[in-house]
This record gives sequence, structure tokens and C-alpha cells, in this order.
Amino acid sequence: MNHKVTLFAVIALLPFALLIVGFELLPLTAMIRDSFLADDGVTYTFKQYITALTNPYYTKGMLNSLLISVYASCIGMAIAIAASYSMTRMPAKIQSMLVTFSNLTSNFSGVPLAFAFIILLGNSGVFTLLFKEWGWNITDSFNLYSWSGLVAVYVYFQVPLAILLLYPAYSGIHKHWRESASLLGASAFQFWLRIGLPVMIPSIVGTFSILLANAMGAYATAYALVGGSYNLLPIRIGALVAGDVVTRPQLGSALAVILGTMMVVAMWCNERMMRRFRRDLR
Amino acid sequence: MKKKWVHIIIISAVFLYLFLPLAATFLYSIAKEWHNTILPVSYTFSAYENLYTDPRFLQAVGRTLLISGITLVLSVVTMASATFVVFMYLPKMERVLQALVMIPFAVPGVVAAVGLIKVYSSGPIVLSGTIWILIGAYYVLVLPYMYQGIRNNLRTIDAKRLMEAAEVLGASKIKGFAFVIMPNMVTGILLSALLSFSILIGEFVLANFLIGGYYETIQVYLMRRLNENGHLASSIVITYFLTVAVISWMMLRLGRRFGKTEEIKEKIS
Repeated sequence: MNHKVTLFAVIALLPFALLIVGFELLPLTAMIRDSFLADDGVTYTFKQYITALTNPYYTKGMLNSLLISVYASCIGMAIAIAASYSMTRMPAKIQSMLVTFSNLTSNFSGVPLAFAFIILLGNSGVFTLLFKEWGWNITDSFNLYSWSGLVAVYVYFQVPLAILLLYPAYSGIHKHWRESASLLGASAFQFWLRIGLPVMIPSIVGTFSILLANAMGAYATAYALVGGSYNLLPIRIGALVAGDVVTRPQLGSALAVILGTMMVVAMWCNERMMRRFRRDLR
Repeated sequence: MKKKWVHIIIISAVFLYLFLPLAATFLYSIAKEWHNTILPVSYTFSAYENLYTDPRFLQAVGRTLLISGITLVLSVVTMASATFVVFMYLPKMERVLQALVMIPFAVPGVVAAVGLIKVYSSGPIVLSGTIWILIGAYYVLVLPYMYQGIRNNLRTIDAKRLMEAAEVLGASKIKGFAFVIMPNMVTGILLSALLSFSILIGEFVLANFLIGGYYETIQVYLMRRLNENGHLASSIVITYFLTVAVISWMMLRLGRRFGKTEEIKEKIS
């Protein structure tokens, strides 16, 4: 490489490199280092990880986060698999309309979404009052500000995303495959079991792991809905780092590293599954 | 033919579920009285009037625009040049770059905030409490989207050949980049910038943790007014959603235009 090119490359790469180091790499390494420090911020120790992994308060938060992510992702997945398949059976114009609408609603998450659900199903929500009028006290079986409500809201932001990711995968199943299969005597069930599903599996697994990571890291929706009252990992981290009462940044860092690791593992699984099923990739 | 009904029912149910919260928010924003009925009893636009004349709201909008504006300009300039150089002259670095820009996908907002607070609340550079810490955080947040857009763009315009042509005609590298490559990427960059913008105006976690206390962005403002005034809050949500809808529509139009020019180029070559 000649001298001129090198100079140009350095000028072009420098601002990017500075920003990446300053706002991505440095904070991440500082956080990891911090997680190995005691509360005084000087001595090195594994104490924060031991606390994070043994204190029932935090393990419960992790378990809750994991459970809600798995629940919401499974339900969201099931809905999206059915809905996007049904979409492929519609006329092209309606299909593109539905995709546009999914795209639009995939932006609907966080604080605005929590608020919309409060209007619908909150303590004095439209449906809550309406059903009460009709003699059905919805709050007996459903509470927006706890587990069931969180699942309903999490499912909401999973569905459009899952549809957007899965819908293109159906186009991989060609119509003439079905025709050939049925000519050879396969039932619809056999076709899906032997041909449809194997073709779809990588997309399904990939989408699922994205949903999982998406739900696990979600903070704004839960925060707007339940504040600090429901024990979820992101909420715990937030409280430890910038809480109103006491802050324990080192413990918060350890929990944040654990959450980050969980997400990386979910994505790594996705990558592995993709490699395994899609031989064409490698 | 009977199976068609099943599909229509599934689609209607799912999209009703997606549509209901939006519709309810909209109705709530224009409702005057709404108790125990399916639809509001009377309507008024006063929530919107109050909102659009509230200086606190207008300030929040201004702040969000300022922060996302600076972030996007910074991102377009630095990402375009960095991606271009790596694409043209350092193809071996491509994997490193890709890994770097994909990290934000695995780092949720709370986790990113923990590290940023740690680094910039004390030490040689103190940024906490200024907008720069949020701009830095947002810069990282939109990295994957900007990179994908620019990278795909460089490939489709065949940047290598364009650059060769520019240099043969006597342009320097910087000139070739600024006056030949950049103008060809305008549509693609605009598309990624719009996508990033719609993400930024919906961002709450980083804004709240990093400077929410001193500096109210739209989402922080919404969060604060949530329990105060339902009608006002719903008019904010609808305004936000309409903005996102307009941006999506612009992206669709741009994308189509972009697609068309690509088709024409393919036909020519």
C-alpha cells in the first residue's frame, strides 16, 4: 500500500476508531473490570458474582427474566408462525399491506406500548371497566401490573418482529414442492413434517433466539408498567447503578455482565443452529 | 375453498390484537368522556391543543431532534468514510469491523448505560450530565443499521470501479470519495439514517439513565407525564406513532426509487 493511501485510510478511520473506543469498547471493558471489584472499588474479588448468583433476590430476577422471555417468545413465535403462513395465502396486495402494518407496529414498544396497555387493561382501563359492567371482573384472573400483564405486553412487541423475520422464510417453500409431494402421495401433514419444517427450522430457530434476546434486554416496557416492583434482571441492574436509595455499581456491573453473557449465548446458539441446518452456508 | 376462512380468521385475530392498543390510545387522546362504553361519549381535540402549546413538550421535541441530528451527522460522516476505506483498501479488516458494529445487538440499553456511567462520571473525561454522553451512546446504538445500509450501498454502486474511474480522470482519493462516491450513496445513506432516526426518537433507556434528570427527551417527557394526565400522554403516543409512520412511508418511497435506479443500472450493464 502506498503512502498516500495509508494517509487517506488513517484520516478516514480515525474518527470512527475514536468513537468506537470511547463509547463502545472502553465502557464495556470498564464494566467488566468493575464487576471484579469489591464495593470499595479497589480490591479485586469474585464476591459480586457470588452475590449475584447466590442471593435469592437476584437469582429470582434472573429466573423471572429468563422465564418471561421464554414464555413471550414461545407464544409470539406460535402466533407469528400461524399468522405469517396465513399471510402467504392472501392476495399479494393484502400481503404487502400486512407486512407494512407489522413493520409499523414493530416500532410500537417501550413506554408508549406500556401506556397503550394501561389504557386498555389497566386498573381503570377501557376493557377492565367494560367487562366489569358486563359482570366479568377481569382483575380476578388478569393483572396488567404483574406476570400475566407483562407476558401480554411482551408478546405484543414480539409478534410483529417475528412476523417480519419469518414471513420471508415461507417464500423458500415453493408451491411445486407441495404439488410434487401430493402427487407422490404425501398428505399435507407429511409434507410439513418431512419437507416444510426442515426447510423452515433454521429461520424458526434464528427468529426464536432473536426474540429471546429482545425480551431479555427489554427495560423500558417493564419499567413503565411496573416500575421497580416486579423483579426482572434489567430492572435490578438499573436500580443498582442509578437507583434512588443505594447504588452498588460493582454488583450492578456483575449483573450486567451476566445479562450480556446470556444474550451472547442466545445469539451464539442461533449462529450454531444456522450453520448446522443450512449446509449451504458452509 | 373452505380453508381460506381459517386464514382470514387467524389474520384478523392477530392484526386485531396488534391494532387494538393503538386504536384505544387514539380514541383516548380525542375522548372527552369515556366510561363503561365501547366508544367514547364525546370528543375533543383539547389534549392535542394543550400538548402542542406546552413549552415543555416543544423543548423535549427540540432536544430529541438536536441529539438525533448530531448523532446522525456524526454517524453518516464517520461510518461512510470508515466503511469505504475498509471496503476498498483493507478487505481483511472487514470481519473486525463487522464484529465491532454488531456488538450493540448483544448489549441491551441498561448494560450499555452501566459502562458509560462508570467511564464518564469521573476520571480524566467527565461527560455525564452533558449531551455528549448520550450522543456517544446513540452513535453506538445505530451502528449496525448504518453499517448495513452503507455496506450494501457500496456493493451495489460498484464503488471500486467508480473510484478507479475518478482517479484515472485525475481526482485525488478524498475528492473521489467526496464528489463521486458520496453522491451515489445519498439514497442508501438517507434510508439508513431514517431507520436510525425512528429508532432514536423511540429510545428511552439510555436517555433516562444518562441525562434524563437534566435533559428531557420526548420519551423521558412521556414517562413523566404518564401518570399525570392520560389524555395528554395518549396524544404524545399518537404524535410519536404518526411521526414513525411518516418516516416509514418516506423510507418505502425512497426504497422504491432506489430499487428502480438499481433496475435501470442493471438493464444498462
